[in-house]
Amino acid sequence: MSNEATLHSQHEGVHGAMTHDHHDGHGHDHHHEDSFISKYIFSLDHKMIAKQYLLTGIIWAIIGALFSVLFRLQLGYPDATFPWLESILGHWAKGGRISPEAYYALVTMHGTILVFFVLTAGLTGTFSNFLIPLQVGARDMASPFMNMLSYWFFFLASMVMMSSLFVQTGPASGGWTSYPPLSALGDASIGSKIGMDLWLISMALFIVSSLLGSLNYISTILNMRTKGMSMTKMPLSIWSFFFTAVLGVLSFPVLLSGAILLLFDRHAGTSFYLSDLFVAGKALPNEGGSAILYQHLFWFLGHPEVYIIILPAMGMVSEILAVNSRKPIFGYLAMVGSMFAIVILAFLVWAHHMFVTGLNPFLGSVFVLLTLLIAVPSAIKVFNWLTTIWKGNIRFTPAALFSIGFVSTFISGGLTGIWLGNSSIDIHLHDTYFVIAHFHIVMGVSAFFGMFAGIYHWFPKMFGRYMNNTIAYIHFYVTLVGAYLIFWPMHYEGMAGMPRRYYDYSTWESFKQFAELNHFISSVVIIVFFAQLLFVVNYFYSMYKGRKVTELNPWGATTLEWSTPINPGHGNWPGEIPEVHRWPYDYSKDGVDFIPQTTPVGAHESKH
Amino acid sequence: MSGFLAVLVVVLIFVVIFQISKASEYVSILKGEKNARSQSNRINGFLLIAFLILGLIGVWWCNDLLKDKILGEAASDHGEGIDQMIYVTLAITGIVFVATQILLFWFSFKYQEKEGRKAFYYPHNNKLELLWTAVPAIVLTVLVAFGIRHWYRITSDAPKDAMVVEITGKQFNWLIRYPGKDGLMGRKNFHLINEINNPVGQDWEDNLNKDDFMATEMHLVVGKPVKLIIGSRDVIHDVGLPHFRLKMDAVPGIPTTLWFTPKFTTKQMKEKTGNPDFVYEISCDQMCGVGHYSMKANIIVETQEEFDAWYAKQKSQYDIAHADDAPAAPATEAKPAADSTAAKKVVAEAKH
Repeated sequence: MSNEATLHSQHEGVHGAMTHDHHDGHGHDHHHEDSFISKYIFSLDHKMIAKQYLLTGIIWAIIGALFSVLFRLQLGYPDATFPWLESILGHWAKGGRISPEAYYALVTMHGTILVFFVLTAGLTGTFSNFLIPLQVGARDMASPFMNMLSYWFFFLASMVMMSSLFVQTGPASGGWTSYPPLSALGDASIGSKIGMDLWLISMALFIVSSLLGSLNYISTILNMRTKGMSMTKMPLSIWSFFFTAVLGVLSFPVLLSGAILLLFDRHAGTSFYLSDLFVAGKALPNEGGSAILYQHLFWFLGHPEVYIIILPAMGMVSEILAVNSRKPIFGYLAMVGSMFAIVILAFLVWAHHMFVTGLNPFLGSVFVLLTLLIAVPSAIKVFNWLTTIWKGNIRFTPAALFSIGFVSTFISGGLTGIWLGNSSIDIHLHDTYFVIAHFHIVMGVSAFFGMFAGIYHWFPKMFGRYMNNTIAYIHFYVTLVGAYLIFWPMHYEGMAGMPRRYYDYSTWESFKQFAELNHFISSVVIIVFFAQLLFVVNYFYSMYKGRKVTELNPWGATTLEWSTPINPGHGNWPGEIPEVHRWPYDYSKDGVDFIPQTTPVGAHESKH
Repeated sequence: MSGFLAVLVVVLIFVVIFQISKASEYVSILKGEKNARSQSNRINGFLLIAFLILGLIGVWWCNDLLKDKILGEAASDHGEGIDQMIYVTLAITGIVFVATQILLFWFSFKYQEKEGRKAFYYPHNNKLELLWTAVPAIVLTVLVAFGIRHWYRITSDAPKDAMVVEITGKQFNWLIRYPGKDGLMGRKNFHLINEINNPVGQDWEDNLNKDDFMATEMHLVVGKPVKLIIGSRDVIHDVGLPHFRLKMDAVPGIPTTLWFTPKFTTKQMKEKTGNPDFVYEISCDQMCGVGHYSMKANIIVETQEEFDAWYAKQKSQYDIAHADDAPAAPATEAKPAADSTAAKKVVAEAKH
């Protein structure tokens, strides 16, 4: 079948769907009347739940980014005062200068919000929910009700975390990792009072949400694929969501146990993490605990967590690069295999966060080996992406640009991982700005680029409208250039040993030479922040007023989601769920621009 | 007023960008999708390659601006090894960085969509994939081998003749204890801590404690190995020694150690760096609370003679605690009220 003919047959499909007629005999009755509440609030439709996640994620992202702007003000302009800060923060910014207490609260909340609420829930929650049923050919998730619960637990977690911002002693302020004893003792830090309890409760709710979501994703992918959709015919995005969910299910419960023990230490007089302490003028009764135990429990999740963040971005970028290069992804099986290797290794490297805790040196060397091994699957992925665009016919849609940006930042940030994973180098660079540069580039900026790519690419499927390209291009270039301007020079600060999480460097003979640089970085941060607001404006404007999508398959993609109507209802396909006959990457095969997965394999087709 | 103006300017810029973007969308609809796409493709292709070139120049320029602001030569023997590792890793990752970024942006530019171009159907090639699995694996093995060799050297046992110094972290400063003439540290117990005259909780029953003394600065002898015994009284801290390239957490209840040999005296470093104010600083590298950023102590590296002269002047903590010849009262009961005010004072100082 020619490409033209495919498009025409799909166009006919649209008009049928748009009228929302009754379709009988397909097993699912998905045309009951929806009230406002069941459609937009307690929705069971995976697409609506995805949008709820995205909306919540965007709100959190704005707050998290704003917090970074606030503490960068302190770092970049330590001598300046901003009276407006006092008007919004009150006694946390007396005289227009952020207090150390507020600074540490902002830093902690920035990390917590971005890592968990935006890049875990906002990213996976949005795209796993949106794409899994659409791309594997299912009417909804395995359990739509559990899916709804997953969102509402996330919402509850969000509310608890949000409320901690308003308690008198402020939110948690011991860093996003919340190491005890600092986080266990209210006398050691003002943020370890009620704010820390709220943090722990919020995280517990968040973990419940994540588990409900992940179990659903796994069972949907394993059990509800449409006819013909074998595992090796799944798009890489689905593989990445699958691996992400597996990681989450296996590692998040460990964080929950760590958090519960911490709650016990705080309120039940136990000593899991506490021993030999003299705080606020008196010796505490706790003996025999180990503060390091918490770090093991935390990083057993904490490290897989960074792959939970980056894997979905990898999957979506693979998909988007293939579509926009009009070429199959290079080395499909190697891409799946390397993701699998990353999942396995993700569980075996956590102690590389703990090289300087007094860890047994032999154990340390094992973790060096396993950590650097991760560079191998990562390298495979990078080279495969490069080969995917090689000899392609690339369309620079905003999604494609963000995908290219993703590969660029993933390379830059990934390579510095080889530095930090090597324990002898880590001794010097541990907890310095080098680490900040490394993880912000590789999992902050990269994951955001993956998320932006996903939003720009699937926006037409979500809302039946396009986002504005010109704003998207401005957004892309400002963010790409800005991200490098912000984080690249931080490597140098780190090589000078400049520690993270300092409120002020001016009294340090070893670090004060970077005052000018910090000033520069903070200025760029403000510009990049406003560029993100451009994206937000574009998103909301386009949702209601964007150019309407008029063709079923605007990007010329092969995957199943583009065989649904432009605005699919609950149940996704008005008729039968289409059957799949081929893998999702038949682009430019035998001179045909693309062959949808639903097209049967022709007799004379070449094999791949 | 200026704040109001700033907001106004930002809003105006937003409106302008927005209007231009809307207008360009209408233009592209008028032009037809195909024309609009090929035009935006050309512009983006150009911008990507421009980003590559300017970016690489920027990397060089950034290095030029900042290379003199990092720490210079490592001031310990372990530090030399770490610097060597950094250079080897920098060379390898630097080559990969430049090569892959060039390929990425060059391919993007070169293979942008053009009329009449056909993408090349190239789903896989086992040989190529094997190549770029094997080569990184081999290179990484080399890096791991070198890294672990340095790691074992740094984490090895300290030489027998090493000087021993104890450093204890508390919110928010460092407590430094020397073992005195006998060269042995006395026992300590956190229940005996007393802000006024027994900050680390020395057990006065232990005779080894009689000559131990506390110092406000850490004095070390150039060329002589030193072993640090690191601990904490309250939360986790970290002894950060940027010039020596070393770092070790201070964990309550679990002592850690670290040893190294300083190579240059403070005086020599002043000359080397050309900075008359140069000082070896101990920074706290593990988030420890509101005064984290101010938790500092200085190290003075000097010659054996200078060290001996300083050493001779030190007064043991036992003598300070028993200055009034008062009986060694159990420290736990010693005026908790006074203790907490002392603690508060420290916090207050840290805030300034």
